[in-house]
Amino acid sequence: MSKKMKGAERTAEAEPAESGERQGVLSSVWHSIFRGPLFPHSDRDRKWIVVQNFLLHFRPVRLPERSLRYTHTWGLGGMSLVLVLLLVATGVLMMFVYQPSPEDAYGSILAMRDEVLFGKLVRNVHHWSANFLVIVALLHLLRVYFTGAFHAPRQFNWIIGLSLLLCVLASNFTGYLLPWDQLSYWAITISTGMIGYVPLAGEWLQGVARGGSDIGSATLITFYTLHTTVVPVLIVVLMAFHFWRVRKARGVVVPRGPDEEPEQHPERVLALPNLLLRELAVALVLVAFVLLFSVVFNAPLGDEANPGMSPNPAKAPWYFMGIQELLLHFHPFFAAVLIPLLIAGALLAIPYLRYDSDASGVLLLSHRGRRMAAIAALTAVVVTPLLIVLDEFWLDAGTWLPGMPAVVSNGLLPTVVLAAALAGFYVALKRRYAASNNEAIQASFVLLLTALAVLTATGVWLRGSGMALVWPWLS
Amino acid sequence: MTGSRRGFVWKIWLGLGGVALAEYVWIAADFLRPRTRTRGTDGAIVVAGSIERFEPGSVTAFPAGKFYLVRLEDGGFIALYRECTHLGCTVPWIDDEGRFVCPCHASAYDIRGNVLNPPAPRALDLFPVRIENGIVKVDTRRAVKRQAFEAAQVTYA
Repeated sequence: MSKKMKGAERTAEAEPAESGERQGVLSSVWHSIFRGPLFPHSDRDRKWIVVQNFLLHFRPVRLPERSLRYTHTWGLGGMSLVLVLLLVATGVLMMFVYQPSPEDAYGSILAMRDEVLFGKLVRNVHHWSANFLVIVALLHLLRVYFTGAFHAPRQFNWIIGLSLLLCVLASNFTGYLLPWDQLSYWAITISTGMIGYVPLAGEWLQGVARGGSDIGSATLITFYTLHTTVVPVLIVVLMAFHFWRVRKARGVVVPRGPDEEPEQHPERVLALPNLLLRELAVALVLVAFVLLFSVVFNAPLGDEANPGMSPNPAKAPWYFMGIQELLLHFHPFFAAVLIPLLIAGALLAIPYLRYDSDASGVLLLSHRGRRMAAIAALTAVVVTPLLIVLDEFWLDAGTWLPGMPAVVSNGLLPTVVLAAALAGFYVALKRRYAASNNEAIQASFVLLLTALAVLTATGVWLRGSGMALVWPWLS
Repeated sequence: MTGSRRGFVWKIWLGLGGVALAEYVWIAADFLRPRTRTRGTDGAIVVAGSIERFEPGSVTAFPAGKFYLVRLEDGGFIALYRECTHLGCTVPWIDDEGRFVCPCHASAYDIRGNVLNPPAPRALDLFPVRIENGIVKVDTRRAVKRQAFEAAQVTYA
């Protein structure tokens, strides 16, 4: 493979030089930019283009044919990239109109919506792309996990991917404040309020996040800077790192059946056209979908922020509603700090755990793995709502255990009980199915993830006025 | 490497690089440090009005000062900072129920600011109240944190 590539490079150097002397100025300028054929006529041209093109050299020249199957990756990584590009394109446009001060912010959004040509569409595209990006990035994480694409040599790329996910959430979160409407003001008030429960440094950290004791102009300029400079730069740098690592791992993980050994020399095909045209097709369909969605659905914009009146209910952005739901059940330190940190730690640890087997490329490990994952998902779907309802109407550890501080009765105690339940679930399932630890860990992963999804859905649809449980289908 | 001159010089360069990075972090931290707004005493001390204006057992909102002036049944005054101690939402006074109810997570407080319903972890913060010549003044420069209501927090004429 590497020999072939060198060959391609050598011909590339040779080609333009041959005819250089007979060219005119324009033609030589053209050839200085595009140093080879623009449209390939042979396989040699196709290799040449991928190797020499600045953007395409992130892609492999050849790749295993089996990894091309759309249902192996679902194109989710590429979709994330396309959404980031849409976000940059629309975000830069909005920066020319938006004014980051509490007095002018809301007005400039109104002006953008009502007076600027296609301003509403640009804002809609930005809003929906940002929301889709959270979803697509999460699905991408699931795809990578369930195809075992976190085993060596992809261990560290899992970490880079998690950092990117964190950046995406940070980007969404900092962008949430900028319209300066009731929705953004109170969501950020609540979210930065959570920071105050970090032990020791909480008040200081909260002061830094808000740029003072309250949400105000200092908060807005801090969030604006993070949103338009710091986080985007981080995302671009990490994305390049992420892609480069995929390239160095010789492309995405090659799919294989549960009983198949990884192929040493899989059949390879050229990236151009096989991979690149598929990627282009996914990108075009996605852009069309986002545009269409943005034409039909407007990005929400509430009344201008009013620090004197919290709306009822005041909810966090949807991707934080899992944490918000936890806040209703746990002491804030556990709900907003410890449990998220534990989950983040568990996600970071995934590629570095000791596994019984290297299952990279095997979807859901095995028949037994699938079965156990389904049981885990089902358990979470049944148990999580049960616990929510139980805690809402009946459980009251604070009153039952008088004299115990709320941190223990409402934080440490339930956290330990739930952690013990998870450990019990892991051991019981592993014994019952005589499973490998790959399968048991996957089941635990599915359990936690489904629980988080149920918590988020509860926060989004079943919480009404005063954060009481409501049943929307009854009203 | 250890002991060689080249290794030593390398370590010095690395150390200097570390120092430069630390300096940048230090400067960045100061750029991000919240700046306390220097509010003059004019706006910070809110003159609420004369004692007679407030009925015993009444709650009066002062939106500009972000507090409620409460006159308890025994005639004493306290000023409650309107931010919920849970996550900072603005807590409205519900007159019919005779309590403060947070719209965000349903925390509730009684007229003294004591917690009636969690998740709020502690009573509403206080602003110091002074009564000079029958005029009630509230110092809004700094909210005083407290766990629960105590008799010593009340100001009498």
